Amino acid sequence: MSEDAPTVTREEVAHLARLARLAVTDSDLDLFAGQLDVILRSIARISEVAAGDIEPTSHAVPLQNVLRPDQVAPCLPREAVLAGAPAVEDDRFRVPQILGEEE
Amino acid sequence: MSAPTYETAVTAYRPVFGLETHVELGTASKMFCGCATDFGAEPNTQTCPVCLGLPGALPVANAAAIEYTIKIGLALNCSIASWCRFARKNYFYPDMPKNYQISQYDEPLCFDGYLDVEIAGRTIRVGIERVHLEEDTGKNTHVGGATGRIHGAEYSLVDFNRAGIPLVEIVTKPVPDAGPEAPEVARAYVSELRDILRTLGVSDVKMEQGSLRCDVNTSLTPAGSSEWGTRTETKNVNSLRSVERAMRSEIIRQAEILDAGGKIVQETRHFQETTGTTRSGRSKEEATDYRYFPEPDLVPLAPDADWVEQIRASLPELPAARRARLQTELNLGPDELQALANAGLVDRFADTVAAGAPAAEARNWWLGYLAQQANSRDLEAAALPITPAQVARVIELIEAGTLSTALGRQVVDGVLETGDDVDTVVADRHLGLVSDTSALTAAAQAAIEANPDVADKVRGGKLAAVGVLVGAVMKATRGQADAATVRALLLEQLGVSE
Amino acid sequence: MASLHELSAAQTAEAIRTGEASATEVARVHLDRIGQIDGELKAFLHVDTDGALAAAAAVDARRSAGEELGPLAGVPLAMKDVVVTEGLPTTSGSKILQGWIPPYDATITRRVKQAGIVMLGKTNMDEFAMGSSTENSAYQVTRNPWDLSRVPGGSSGGSSAAVAGYEAPLSIGTDTGGSIRQPAAVTGIVGHKPTYGAVSRYGLIAFSSSLDQAGPFGRTVLDTALLHQVLAGHDPADSTSIPESGPDVVAATVEGARGDLSGLKVAIVTELTGASGGYQEGVLARFRDAVAVLQKLGAEIVEVSCPHFDYALAAYYLIAPSECSSNLARFDAVRYGLRVGDDGRRSLEEVMSLTREQGFGPEVKRRIMIGTYALSSGYYDAYYGQAQKVRTLIADDFRKAFGQADVLISPTSPFVAFEIGERTADPMAMYVNDLCTLPASLAGTPAISVPCGLSDEAGPPLPVGLQVMAPAMADDRCYRVAAAFEAAYQAANGPILQHLPSLGASR
Repeated sequence: MSEDAPTVTREEVAHLARLARLAVTDSDLDLFAGQLDVILRSIARISEVAAGDIEPTSHAVPLQNVLRPDQVAPCLPREAVLAGAPAVEDDRFRVPQILGEEE
Repeated sequence: MSAPTYETAVTAYRPVFGLETHVELGTASKMFCGCATDFGAEPNTQTCPVCLGLPGALPVANAAAIEYTIKIGLALNCSIASWCRFARKNYFYPDMPKNYQISQYDEPLCFDGYLDVEIAGRTIRVGIERVHLEEDTGKNTHVGGATGRIHGAEYSLVDFNRAGIPLVEIVTKPVPDAGPEAPEVARAYVSELRDILRTLGVSDVKMEQGSLRCDVNTSLTPAGSSEWGTRTETKNVNSLRSVERAMRSEIIRQAEILDAGGKIVQETRHFQETTGTTRSGRSKEEATDYRYFPEPDLVPLAPDADWVEQIRASLPELPAARRARLQTELNLGPDELQALANAGLVDRFADTVAAGAPAAEARNWWLGYLAQQANSRDLEAAALPITPAQVARVIELIEAGTLSTALGRQVVDGVLETGDDVDTVVADRHLGLVSDTSALTAAAQAAIEANPDVADKVRGGKLAAVGVLVGAVMKATRGQADAATVRALLLEQLGVSE
Repeated sequence: MASLHELSAAQTAEAIRTGEASATEVARVHLDRIGQIDGELKAFLHVDTDGALAAAAAVDARRSAGEELGPLAGVPLAMKDVVVTEGLPTTSGSKILQGWIPPYDATITRRVKQAGIVMLGKTNMDEFAMGSSTENSAYQVTRNPWDLSRVPGGSSGGSSAAVAGYEAPLSIGTDTGGSIRQPAAVTGIVGHKPTYGAVSRYGLIAFSSSLDQAGPFGRTVLDTALLHQVLAGHDPADSTSIPESGPDVVAATVEGARGDLSGLKVAIVTELTGASGGYQEGVLARFRDAVAVLQKLGAEIVEVSCPHFDYALAAYYLIAPSECSSNLARFDAVRYGLRVGDDGRRSLEEVMSLTREQGFGPEVKRRIMIGTYALSSGYYDAYYGQAQKVRTLIADDFRKAFGQADVLISPTSPFVAFEIGERTADPMAMYVNDLCTLPASLAGTPAISVPCGLSDEAGPPLPVGLQVMAPAMADDRCYRVAAAFEAAYQAANGPILQHLPSLGASR
């Protein structure tokens, strides 16, 4: 086990959960911290590989310039669009009070 | 210490600014799907699995959007990437169908360009850091609060019609040398950029409709210092005038804080049209980490060099070149044309000349009476509901003696109000100059008879008194007489010579 | 005569083509079987009786009208619930999509329908394709037909159990780190992961975008190849879809079945032989037997080392969670799916967080958090960035290996089917099921699993799979070798499924 292996704290789990919009109960925080720690220590082996000059793989297929012509195609009918929505008002998706600001 | 004025602020500090502009491209379909892009459609009628972010949907890039972006980059003197990728910008917001935006991160399609702006005889080169392509979000409507804004709203309604519209982001390098004219330079940059985009035909660039959006970054450097200050970002800047006002107000605000020994908080602020000032956005607990990574659902873009050259060769005459050409063709001084450019009126002016009006007259009308009318209606002059052809017609009628300048203004008012063409307005409102000499002579006679004392005064040598009689004739003809002609007629009838 | 549900897909299609059986009869027989045994097997999340009978009736009508039917017309198929099907509930094994009825079809769903294949329903899976046993499904745990106390593998466990349990001759799964191959191996059937980009991902609920591929299951190599042919092909709706059409895998299967592998160089991968321990002895014994069979068929056996394969697990468990943390962000209680806690006082942020907390299971949450961690600023280079570099090195190892051999082989999984609950306490214990399958996933190269024998090390006789890997776009090589092996194995031992214990009233 390398010396740089991560130890994941409760606070880090809470931080990650916030970023990922996952409410985590108090008891789960410790459970996850322990499990994530084990997993991350195992994954951290990746740093053993000397890969300084290697190009990262960004795409699994050797394709480029896949484009489509600027043509209009039929949209979904609105009933279909709204059919699965948890809440609808005025033909729009209704959501509870938003706290954060737009980017 | 009293609050700084703008003048004291720009004496004590050097403003440094940058601009981030988002442009909605006028493509027929969206960036990553074939949904229509028409503005103003019924909510949620222009969506599909892709732009709704349904499970399983995948993006496919719009070729025209790529081409338009390259056009913009070339027009801004940028280098075009030979290879670049899209990236995911991850954050949660209800108008984001996937809760990540497909954008570009450290590999923009275009980079390292510039746009020259002229202010008060100086040329300022605004560096362009990058031009990249991304997708727009849906639109939130906030319900229940007093102001319709997010603060205090009870809930919100989301429409995804605009989600996925292609968006180009143009980011300038910081501009450190604009000095006290920084707000004007910023405004002129946006105006010129808008003209370029319109000329390229890539967007309808309507700031009021949101197809052109600006964020203004401002910071102050103390005079004599070389270290740049902390910058703030101001959003909700929806017109050229607001660009200028927002920066002005931010410079004063920052100066006041620095004068008092305080520190500028790096934050996002919002410009408020009504007060002309900026207010702080709600503070975020922590800076957002967007966790960018290359978009795995899209393959890299590698624009072919020949294709890029073809696009370059097909670029239309850009506004700066057009101005240079018009200057020579119409024998105008550089300042004259620049004033028109800064007011966004070069096209209008050129079209008015093309419709037959002399350059000087065309220029005077647009920068004079029409600009005034625009101001009082809180519009840009180019947005006035009058066409260059109509303006040229008014000028033509004045040249022909059918209208006086004063009457010409009334005709313009009529066109602005009714939308009718010039000749209709002239006829409907009886605005033509009375040129019938016998009618004028009769009116002059009537005025003399109605004002015998005044007539005597004039006969007695007090020529100035004829003004009263002129006024009477003008009144009788409802202003539709040429004052000089009337005066001459009256004097003739009174048997007096100048 | 064998019951209709015991026929292979090829035999079923032939019976329908000749009029010996109608598609409707075939559909009914399979629906009956599902009714009889799926209460125990729990392979299906949703059975579409009406839809299946309608599709079968349509095939019968076309046949009566004298129309020429495709090679699999009328053959029943089970579809993994990660694939979007218009009008049919699609959950991806998760509570967060409970009740969601998609308004569109995945491209592969359309292809299946166009081929006249009769979709019987949607099969169970580990939630969002994360797992190796279906124990992460939010709905039920599927059983292995070989031993109902054991798992059928995962994440496509419902699809593999359905085929191994004779509920359908064909099924479709998805493979991101081994989720087709490993279930095939532990249930004694054939499963293929196509070259990345050979099969459209449009309509696959995304787990890890640069790794996910849909692929076929069948009880025979030929059946699997026939289904592969229907699924593969360019799709303009998927930007990562390979433009060229792939090789003829059915022809390769037919050719392979003739049993001549002379001239073929087959390499054992040192890093995938369990040399450092951890592979079950029964698995290794069957693998050695398989090598001997290939040798007898004329193949030259060599050994290659792919040193970076030892890091495949680390690379995978960085790349896949990173991509999934982003792919699963769209489940936010706004446009579809579960919404929890909207009591008129909570904010959207709270409702979103509560919904995701209740809608996602623990494995999904773990991977989302790992992914969020690996992508965060300050960690990106060391984790995600580094993993993508190691991925390049793994692809390079494959390239070098394919310079020395035509195909690479290994056991498909280090273990036979394990007991339900045996590996759920420790996530790492579950992850190691994928040790042999991960490298081909990371490289995007094709790999097939074909049954190569039984092991009774764990108690009852349980199937072992042989994995055959080929270079990108050379799926035909996988099928050829698998078909040759299958023919030789069955000539010596009979089909492996003859040893399957009986399920329900009829076999």
